[in-house]
Amino acid sequence: MSGWNEITKIADDVNSGRVSAKENVKKALSAIEKNKEYNVIISTLEEYALARAEHIDSQVKSIKSAGRLAGVPFIVKDNFLAVGSETTAASNILKGFKAPYTSTAVMRLEAEGAICVAKANLDAFAHGSSTENSDFMTTKNPHDKTRVPGGSSGGSAAAVMLDMVPFALGSDTGGSIRLPASFTGAVGLKPSYGLVSRYGVIAMASSTDVIGPITKTVSDAALVLDVMAGKDLLDSTTIDREASYTNLDCSLVGTKIGIVREYFGEGLDPEVKSVIETAIDVLKKNGAEITEVSLPSLPLALAVYYIICPAEVSSNLSRYDGQRFGHSVKDAEDLLDSYEKARAEGFGAEAKRRIMIGTYVLSSGYYDAYYKKAALVRSKLIREFNEAFGKVDFLLGPTAPVTAFPIGQNIDDPLQMYLIDIMTVAANLVGVPSISVPAGSVRGLPVGLQLMARQKADAELLRLAAAYEGVR
Amino acid sequence: MTECQYLNRGQIGVYYPLMTKLTKDDVLKLARLARLRLSQEEVEQFSKEFTEILAYVEQLKDTDTEGLKPTYQVNGLATVTRSDEDINYGTAQKDLLSNVPRTKDGHIQVKRMIG
Repeated sequence: MSGWNEITKIADDVNSGRVSAKENVKKALSAIEKNKEYNVIISTLEEYALARAEHIDSQVKSIKSAGRLAGVPFIVKDNFLAVGSETTAASNILKGFKAPYTSTAVMRLEAEGAICVAKANLDAFAHGSSTENSDFMTTKNPHDKTRVPGGSSGGSAAAVMLDMVPFALGSDTGGSIRLPASFTGAVGLKPSYGLVSRYGVIAMASSTDVIGPITKTVSDAALVLDVMAGKDLLDSTTIDREASYTNLDCSLVGTKIGIVREYFGEGLDPEVKSVIETAIDVLKKNGAEITEVSLPSLPLALAVYYIICPAEVSSNLSRYDGQRFGHSVKDAEDLLDSYEKARAEGFGAEAKRRIMIGTYVLSSGYYDAYYKKAALVRSKLIREFNEAFGKVDFLLGPTAPVTAFPIGQNIDDPLQMYLIDIMTVAANLVGVPSISVPAGSVRGLPVGLQLMARQKADAELLRLAAAYEGVR
Repeated sequence: MTECQYLNRGQIGVYYPLMTKLTKDDVLKLARLARLRLSQEEVEQFSKEFTEILAYVEQLKDTDTEGLKPTYQVNGLATVTRSDEDINYGTAQKDLLSNVPRTKDGHIQVKRMIG
């Protein structure tokens, strides 16, 4: 069998001794090996994973349980520091950098018996929507090798859809979990800002970065979130969690869902629109109360994002200076030379672009006009979201305006690439949870339905997503 | 016609006339601030791209934000503290120094900074 069972069954099989953790790890490694042509994996943790599996199997023998995720293999995006692995963020500037500690998310998953088997490809430093900005390789969409899987967590999404592992972790700053989920047919969850610790995850834009699971089913995503979520002493931006995220019993009857008018304008591919409209009909037929809501500032969200995000990126990437870790220059003349050369040689074009735009919008004389203004419009967006949530409990729209585009189509036009994020960025700016669930396809290419809930209402959102998945 | 024709920028948001033109000099100044050494080609390419990107984000300048305060973070937390106690993070000094290009006696070695 090439696919994976749902995670609770995998763990149950391991805990009961029916299947060994070692078998699962070998299956994952074999699937990784078989699918090399898709350029999904940057590095494999074979030795580590097999040792872990042995440990889990002996734990099962002695105390009959190794945790809720016993023997479940998973893959993380290569911007997660983990278990001494080489962690590159898909950038030349971190080639050879070995993680000196492990991210909290990975620690929590492994404490429940899960086993990290590999690091997945991404756009370098998570800057991008297609993995084409990876300094190493472009990941191919499992449905069509000539097309991108979306990004920046394209490797993580492809890993799950190619059945390498039952779940993968990604990060979402402007849509980077949801977009590849939409393009590859996976479930991609962006939890509320602060719900999952970012300790040990390479920072991109600190006021919007969120990490979350990519899975094939909503219940799998809910379980992974349940294990990872909650306050962390090591990440002071974390918030309190709900007791459980795995209670997914829910009826659609009476559920108040608002269709966001601004998502259905001219920029939306008519065929994608039609898939989403079918999804809306399904929800209606099953008793949901669908109304239209308006978020008038939504068309400005992308502009807000592409001021705030580069600004924060320019700050977060200043640590890559060739002095303490990462690429350094051996023959520098002086300190300035050693900074400038290391960064010039190590960073790719998109990283440089974002650092410089960020530097510009934060520089004196421009700070008020750009960064502060963007922060003000961000408040306006938050106010409109709050008003909408006064009328409905959930918001709905497409995850992306298009299906997976061909490799190479947008790479020479940065602004065109940025427009792919147009549906997803608002949730990051406002901090609300958002999930992309598969809703259908256009000529074989998956289309994702995006659902959003109030901040901290992740359990509710998962229930709605599970209910839709059940009747789709 | 490309597959993204309906993503023509004129249809998404409003396309303002170019307010800010970034000269090559501007780009070089920014590169110096960001401690990046750019090639001639990069300077030319970036000044073109930035001018376009800035034209797009400049839409915000006419947005009415009267009465609003700027939002810099969205979790509602402020000044999160912990007790003033020693915490053992379980990471040894040698682990943290393991990626440093040049060390000396447990210190990070860098080029002269002063004088």
